Amino acid sequence: MIINAVQIPAVVFQLTQLLLVVLAAPLLTGWVNQCQAWLQNRSGAGVLQPYRVLHKLFLKDAVIAYNASWLFRVTPYVVFGCMWLAATIIPIIAVDLPFSRAADVIALVGVFALARMFGALAAMDIGTAFGTMGARREMMVSFLAEPALLMVLFTASMLSHSTQLPYIVSAFSRHQFMLYPSLAFAALAFLIVLLAENARIPVDNPNTHLELTMIHEAMILEYSARHLALIEWASSLKLFAYFSIGIALFLPYGIAEVGHWSALPLSILLLLFKLALAGVGLALFEALSAKMRIFRAPEFLGTAFLLAVLGLLIHFLLSA
Amino acid sequence: MQMLLTLQIVNLLASLLLLIVFAMLAQRRILSLINLFALQGAVLALSTFVVGYSTGQHHLYYSAGLTLLLKVMLLPWLLHRLIRQLDVKWDVETLLNIPVSMLIGIALVIFSFNLAAPISQLAHGLTRGLIGIALASVLLSLLMMLTRRKAVSQVVAFLSLENSLFFAAASATQGMPLVVEFGIALDVLVATFIFGIFFFQIRETFDSLDISHMEKLKDD
Repeated sequence: MIINAVQIPAVVFQLTQLLLVVLAAPLLTGWVNQCQAWLQNRSGAGVLQPYRVLHKLFLKDAVIAYNASWLFRVTPYVVFGCMWLAATIIPIIAVDLPFSRAADVIALVGVFALARMFGALAAMDIGTAFGTMGARREMMVSFLAEPALLMVLFTASMLSHSTQLPYIVSAFSRHQFMLYPSLAFAALAFLIVLLAENARIPVDNPNTHLELTMIHEAMILEYSARHLALIEWASSLKLFAYFSIGIALFLPYGIAEVGHWSALPLSILLLLFKLALAGVGLALFEALSAKMRIFRAPEFLGTAFLLAVLGLLIHFLLSA
Repeated sequence: MQMLLTLQIVNLLASLLLLIVFAMLAQRRILSLINLFALQGAVLALSTFVVGYSTGQHHLYYSAGLTLLLKVMLLPWLLHRLIRQLDVKWDVETLLNIPVSMLIGIALVIFSFNLAAPISQLAHGLTRGLIGIALASVLLSLLMMLTRRKAVSQVVAFLSLENSLFFAAASATQGMPLVVEFGIALDVLVATFIFGIFFFQIRETFDSLDISHMEKLKDD
């Protein structure tokens, strides 16, 4: 493949995003945790704490269960790779990303599903009670969240007549300001899916260990050292990816258009600003809500599906 | 351009109205149900005002004001007082569990959107797409009346049904004559008072507001 003059900006954009997401993802997690600490009147560990944790974990020796199969060893790398790919192909700093053509929104949901499947299988691989329980709960939550997520993405696709994320984003950012009721419904549904998929408070508590209510933490109990580091990092990347999808669909202003070199610094600054804002919003939401019983989770996620379907129906009725 | 913006606002408010009816359908607590009803009235008043502004029909301002006065302030206050006097802040018992009624609700929305599609093509004017939403809200309120067991929540469902009909009238036919609106407002007010008296009677007779006790009334 010959890289000609037109494509060079695209490649630079892609490389920038590739590095940006993987380096900034722990920062985002740290920022959310720090905001939470402030809201709870604690001083907090600082926004750099996730980097310290990753550093510590990478230096340790890995302990692997006696009966672990290759699946258990390979899963952290698969999960990390999937999340990195997902966060890389979502257009957040520029529309013109070469990797974006690799997967449209449906394939993106598939990438998330692949990571989830490996995570659940690895949790069951060891055969501990906690791992199996966590895997089953994770599958229950995600099989309810996934259709809602697809419906949200379909609403955006209907409005922009494409399932390719770059087209969706450029269609939305080029529009003059319009109130889309369908998109508002989709945004609400997406918020619920984001909370459920990232093991956030109303559905799961990310800070819990050794409790009977945990979902995500129960799945990764057996991991240690570099494997655990990769999984933690992948969780940060997943949160980053979901925030990016939200920004790309609902707040696409300021993303660099095709071939615009000069827009890159501004778009990165805007992205950081939006992410910081979204992090504050997430921390605030978590501070204000209580964790619900696990049997309430289907109802909560059913609401997300309902909202997304309503958005789609309203799009058909009002074509708006 | 300005016309387009008001149309967007009306569309957004209509969608909000539909969302509120769904929220009422999913609500377990009577207090929140009444608050949602007040919110529905506020959205209704706002949308009536915007329709009146965009179509230049100034008598709609009066009906928006009437809605605000009656359905946002007076009726919720009456209902709040009623449940305080009756001491019924307990959870609402539904006949169907909530996810099932949600799914039926989605089916009703699809049905009414399809039903309204040919009607709204005959109609003209800015707000013709809203007939479907109004019809869906009417059917959802009806569903709520059917699935609730307690008398208070059935009355709230009835009032929400009336709100949806009012929305249909205001948005699709661009308003009824003011005399008719006054008549309906008075009817609703009187109905609420009568319902209030009924609640006391029902409780006095059966020691409960659960209307399933009333099936024993059959004379034999």
